[in-house]
Amino acid sequence: MKILVLIKQVPDSTTNVKIRPDGEDIDRAGVKMVVNPFDEFAIELAVQLREKRGDVASITALTAGPATAAEALRTALAIGADDAIHLQDAAFEKLDEIQTAAVIAAVVRGENYDLIVRGKQEIDLDSGQLGPALAEMLDIPHVGAATKLDMAADGKSLVANRRIEGADEIVEARLPALLTIEKGLVECRYPSLPNLMKAKKKPVRTITSGDVAGFAGIVGSVGGTEIHKFEPPPQRPPGKVLKGDASETVPQLVKLLREEAKAI
Amino acid sequence: MNNDIPVFAEQRGDRLHSSVPQVVTAAKALAGQTGGKVIGLVVGATAGAADALDKTGVDQIVTVADASLANYNALRYRSALAGAISQLQPRVVLLPATFMGRDLAPRVAARLKLGCATDVIGLGIGGNGGLDVKRPVYNGKAFCHVTFPTGKTAIASVRPNTFPASTGPGGAPRSAIAFTASPGDDRATTREIAKTGGAVKDVTEADIIVSGGRAMKAEENFKIIYELAAELDAAVGASRAACDAGYQPHTRQVGLTGKTVTPKLYVACGVSGAIQHLAGMRGSKVIVAINTDPEAPMVKVADYAIIDDLFKVVPLLTQEVRKLKAH
Ligand SMILES: Cc1cc2nc3c(=O)[nH]c(=O)nc-3n(C[C@H](O)[C@H](O)[C@H](O)COP(=O)(O)OP(=O)(O)OC[C@H]3O[C@@H](n4cnc5c(N)ncnc54)[C@H](O)[C@@H]3O)c2cc1C
Repeated sequence: MKILVLIKQVPDSTTNVKIRPDGEDIDRAGVKMVVNPFDEFAIELAVQLREKRGDVASITALTAGPATAAEALRTALAIGADDAIHLQDAAFEKLDEIQTAAVIAAVVRGENYDLIVRGKQEIDLDSGQLGPALAEMLDIPHVGAATKLDMAADGKSLVANRRIEGADEIVEARLPALLTIEKGLVECRYPSLPNLMKAKKKPVRTITSGDVAGFAGIVGSVGGTEIHKFEPPPQRPPGKVLKGDASETVPQLVKLLREEAKAI
Repeated sequence: MNNDIPVFAEQRGDRLHSSVPQVVTAAKALAGQTGGKVIGLVVGATAGAADALDKTGVDQIVTVADASLANYNALRYRSALAGAISQLQPRVVLLPATFMGRDLAPRVAARLKLGCATDVIGLGIGGNGGLDVKRPVYNGKAFCHVTFPTGKTAIASVRPNTFPASTGPGGAPRSAIAFTASPGDDRATTREIAKTGGAVKDVTEADIIVSGGRAMKAEENFKIIYELAAELDAAVGASRAACDAGYQPHTRQVGLTGKTVTPKLYVACGVSGAIQHLAGMRGSKVIVAINTDPEAPMVKVADYAIIDDLFKVVPLLTQEVRKLKAH
């Protein structure tokens, strides 16, 4: 079984988001970049599959991002990926998710991965489009936001749970297939120092737009959305803080929720 | 391409998803700008939800019904929806950003080579005539606009509880589109829908959530949270600290690595409001904090805060709500 893990490098979840004066992006100066936490689950899942089964031949990590995203690939290699693919080109940076999926599809199509995994969404743009879109471009089934996975012993199919409103949808899919991972499916390990050292020696293949046959045609024919005008969220009006004896504050709160907020 | 706005009228077991009437509101406002009709698009084994959909004030109802569409299946549903879009050739297609809508929208967009935006909270037609939407990014720490190219259909999923529900007189004309499954759509099948959490509502399907944090100190203490939730017809949520400590299952965790919720009311009891927790609930309409610490971040973002011991406040609150409902 050949596994491909898609990862994205994103600002750390504790980042204090500031918007650039031109409003076209956030201010990235000094922002700590990490592997998207949901994609970490994806890497972990791939490594656990290898540990549990005898048939995982290779685990490849792939990212599209600037030179600094190599760090994210190194983390994936340290956790247990064998090799990595880095789509790195200024021409990739303004692509939307559908276009990015089309480019990744063009790169990986001939590689015949049996299982492709990725986090259910990225914690920067929160869009969650890449997984399902890539599955469509490769014409393979996908299971989105999986919380549980059973891989058939023969490696030909999987059964995954996905959480829906008050229930689990239990989906069976034939391989090759793509899975996006929800929290809870696996617990992540931290890469050890020796493994981080070893990761430096693992092969990373860099791919530019020139390496993607028919690049302009591919991105010109799909998607095409653009992101503009970042703005801060509206300030919530200052809240009311109720202090005093609970016999007074609690009825006060209920009255406010009923009459002012109309929430109950 | 015409100026119509089809809304994917999500149904499960013939029940219209509660967010669909909200998406119809967004679609109507947009149709006012494009000059087109709002079409309710029902996909399933039967058009069971069509009657409920008719009461939302859509101008027209189109159904794609086939026995093979009984349960959600990403492959069959993308074939059904993509087929309907190809036939209708509309300006914009809207879906609710539910578990189904989030899963389906990008796949359909990729199939038809269209642009897609997920979880939008504002929609309009931009200066160039293309769709222009607003959506939260960085876990709600910023918003951005997504603009669409003109000349092809735009797809967007709309965040639940962002728009009020639409109502209408009913009587919309109905028609059907035949379903032709793509070869290979049986490579995935939904085997079963297994209820989780028993009688207790899931945080993603509740209008009100009562959440407990580390301050609950023990699993059995959550009893008072469940009692308040029962009185409010609410779901129970928890912080990661409370879940990690085993007080609640992780299915109830709200936050960055838990669930993202946008209820009408979120009551946080002994939850400090760490940035990763806020990430999952700051889109709530009204936030209440019950916390002993006036400096807790949750108190700062709350619309109403009681600075007091939750073990005193929560049972009293349950009583007060009960009194209110008795009136
Ligand atoms: C990558 C990452 C992802 C994370 N994801 C999540 C996530 O998805 N969800 C999440 O919740 N956290 C998440 N966290 C953890 C988060 O940082 C906090 O540690 C966690 O939310 C704290 O939980 P808490 O508010 O229950 O506990 P605490 O921070 O310990 O807060 C307890 C609060 O209770 C108050 N209190 C104490 N006693 C009482 C009393 N008797 N009455 C009233 N109030 C009282 C205290 O004043 C305090 O404000 C994540 C962290 C990381 C690094």
